[in-house]
Amino acid sequence: MTETPNNQHKHVILLCSLALAMFGFAYALVPLYQIFCEVTGLNGKTSGRAADPATISQVSDREVTIQFLAQVGNGMPWEFRPTEHQLRVRLGEFNTTNYYARNRAAQAVTGQAVPSVSPGYAAKYLRKVECFCFTQQHLEAGEDQNMPVRFYIGDDLPEEIHTISLSYTLFKVPAVQDTSSIAKIANNQQ
Amino acid sequence: MVTRTEDLIPHRSPLLAFIARWLLTTNHKEIGTLYLWLSFTLFFIAGAMAMVIRLELFQPGIQFVQPLFYNQMVTMHGLIMVFGVVMPAFVGLANWQIPMMIGAPDMALPRLNNFSFWILPFAFTLLLSSLFMEGGAPNFGWTFYAPLSTTYGPPSTDFFIIGVHMMGISSVLGAINIMVTIFNLRTPGMTLMKMPLFVWTWLITAFLLIMVMPVLAGAVTMVLTDRHFDTSFFSAAGGGDPVFFQHVFWFFGHPEVYILILPGFGIASQIIPTFARKKLFGYHSMVYATASIAILSFIVWGHHMFTSGMPLMGELFFMYATMLIAVPTGVKVFNWVATMWRGSLTFETPMLFALGFVILFTIGGLSGLMLALVPADFQYHDTFFVVAHFHYVLYPGAIFGTMAAVYYWLPKWTGHMYDERLGKIHFWTAVIAVNLTFFPMHFSGLAGMPRRIVDYSPQFVDFNMVSSIGSGLLGLSQVLFLYIVIKTIRGGEPASTRVWEGAEGLEWTVPSPAPLHTFETPPPFPPVMESDVNE
Repeated sequence: MTETPNNQHKHVILLCSLALAMFGFAYALVPLYQIFCEVTGLNGKTSGRAADPATISQVSDREVTIQFLAQVGNGMPWEFRPTEHQLRVRLGEFNTTNYYARNRAAQAVTGQAVPSVSPGYAAKYLRKVECFCFTQQHLEAGEDQNMPVRFYIGDDLPEEIHTISLSYTLFKVPAVQDTSSIAKIANNQQ
Repeated sequence: MVTRTEDLIPHRSPLLAFIARWLLTTNHKEIGTLYLWLSFTLFFIAGAMAMVIRLELFQPGIQFVQPLFYNQMVTMHGLIMVFGVVMPAFVGLANWQIPMMIGAPDMALPRLNNFSFWILPFAFTLLLSSLFMEGGAPNFGWTFYAPLSTTYGPPSTDFFIIGVHMMGISSVLGAINIMVTIFNLRTPGMTLMKMPLFVWTWLITAFLLIMVMPVLAGAVTMVLTDRHFDTSFFSAAGGGDPVFFQHVFWFFGHPEVYILILPGFGIASQIIPTFARKKLFGYHSMVYATASIAILSFIVWGHHMFTSGMPLMGELFFMYATMLIAVPTGVKVFNWVATMWRGSLTFETPMLFALGFVILFTIGGLSGLMLALVPADFQYHDTFFVVAHFHYVLYPGAIFGTMAAVYYWLPKWTGHMYDERLGKIHFWTAVIAVNLTFFPMHFSGLAGMPRRIVDYSPQFVDFNMVSSIGSGLLGLSQVLFLYIVIKTIRGGEPASTRVWEGAEGLEWTVPSPAPLHTFETPPPFPPVMESDVNE
């Protein structure tokens, strides 16, 4: 019994490391969750990167409806809406639509749009070549702009999908996360 | 190693000596006692909160408390019952019993043991102090879903976060201590597969604690940084996802529910053979079933989130994985019943509580199976049916299990037999009251009464009145329990060494009351049981 302190130390160290590793695991879940959702297209998450237009195969005869939705997050003072509510598109064909945003506040505001696709598993077939959601948007007081989304729908889209909804929620970016101000800080430091 | 606290602190006054004794003790029995009294105290505090909830729900409309305060009561009741009552009670039992059951002189790390305990009173003072703060205590439910706890949490949420961190540190250190003790301090001859089942279930519980308490710590840390340090783990605006919170939380939360019940399984597996005067049926299958439940508990967390927009494949996976848990649980229930088959049964209070545990826990397990079915869960989700389900597994499960253990081992701890007549009155009052309180919730839940809301539609009034009356009786029955425990400590018929005629195991070879230091040299195993009977 008492002649096994070495074993005891070994066990204590092992178990403490396990506890610390599990604390790390909680944080490792963050990227794991992102990757899992992106790979499987679960959760209606579209890719955060632009699709390569070269991957496009061919234009098919099959047509589907794509609906555009817009919401603003809490405390976001912008007017935000799609310029067209739905489009009938052919698979594999390039399409462009615009969202309209106007800053109704008396000061400049930076926004970030977060996309969501329904049904969720259609997300990985909706490939965006260009999207205002890839970057943050900055509008001066009272300024407005049209923001383009250029996309195509993969021709491998499952048969049973006839309608896809693409929804954007526009959130106000807190001042500290404003990339332009971060860029300013970075410039000042150089 | 024979330095005692008495030598360190001169006897300046009896009060100082008393404080020094309990503050500085490294003795597993004294620390076990501290854990059990802390748990008992918090049991009455959280129970009083349940009384506020039931009083308010006695009738529809808003009678006694404001909705915000009602939500604080629901949150604090859940948090304290889970982290302050059930977990410390089981750790207290482990401290008292595990060294005595494996023939060890103490826990492997006695000072760490002292530290693990003394974190807890501070953690719960922090948590309870939030009730008196501006903006009130946390009000988002014990599950603290983001954004309720991030964007909309009251300022006291930070006290809750630090409190949870402290409880987590305490549990992880306690679990490490228990695992190291079990691995290193067993008496020669006691192989792992000869350990008493209470020790086995605690070994697996300790493993679960080490695996998931740090994940909870991660979750509360993310909530803290989201609140104050501009991270966006759970905020969609910054690229995070509130649903992700639920994944992290339930990755902790589901193994946590087995942390709250596995030691109870161990207790039933000690008590039923004693009063059936037979060996436990299927010892090996009990061990494997406990281990399978623990492993499966890591892959079923999604069943708490069926209505969060999970894809069909995810729902199917979590549904089947969850239903699989019914198999090892069924093995356990079968083994308990088979142990009693043709046994010479007697029904002393510990046995009554253990039987209440088996029967009522099985009812809770069956409503759990109903909740595991995805289409059915869409109806049951967030209704009182869920409240009925988890109270059936926790009250007659974890709490009755603890009470069975207290009645079973109290003669060993105090040297006195408890009052059998009062114990039986306690059991029957509690078992009737627990069913009066929680059974009607199945019906109100199926009929659509949502949980965590201060008011309800008038058609649920009858069910709620019955529940409220039952809960009052249940509260009173636990006051009787407190009286019985104090009465037994103060005196009573002297208990013999073996206490129970059919008791087996090392803890029944030491005198009653168990002296402060036992097994300073490893005892022989298997133990030589004294054949005296306490009449």
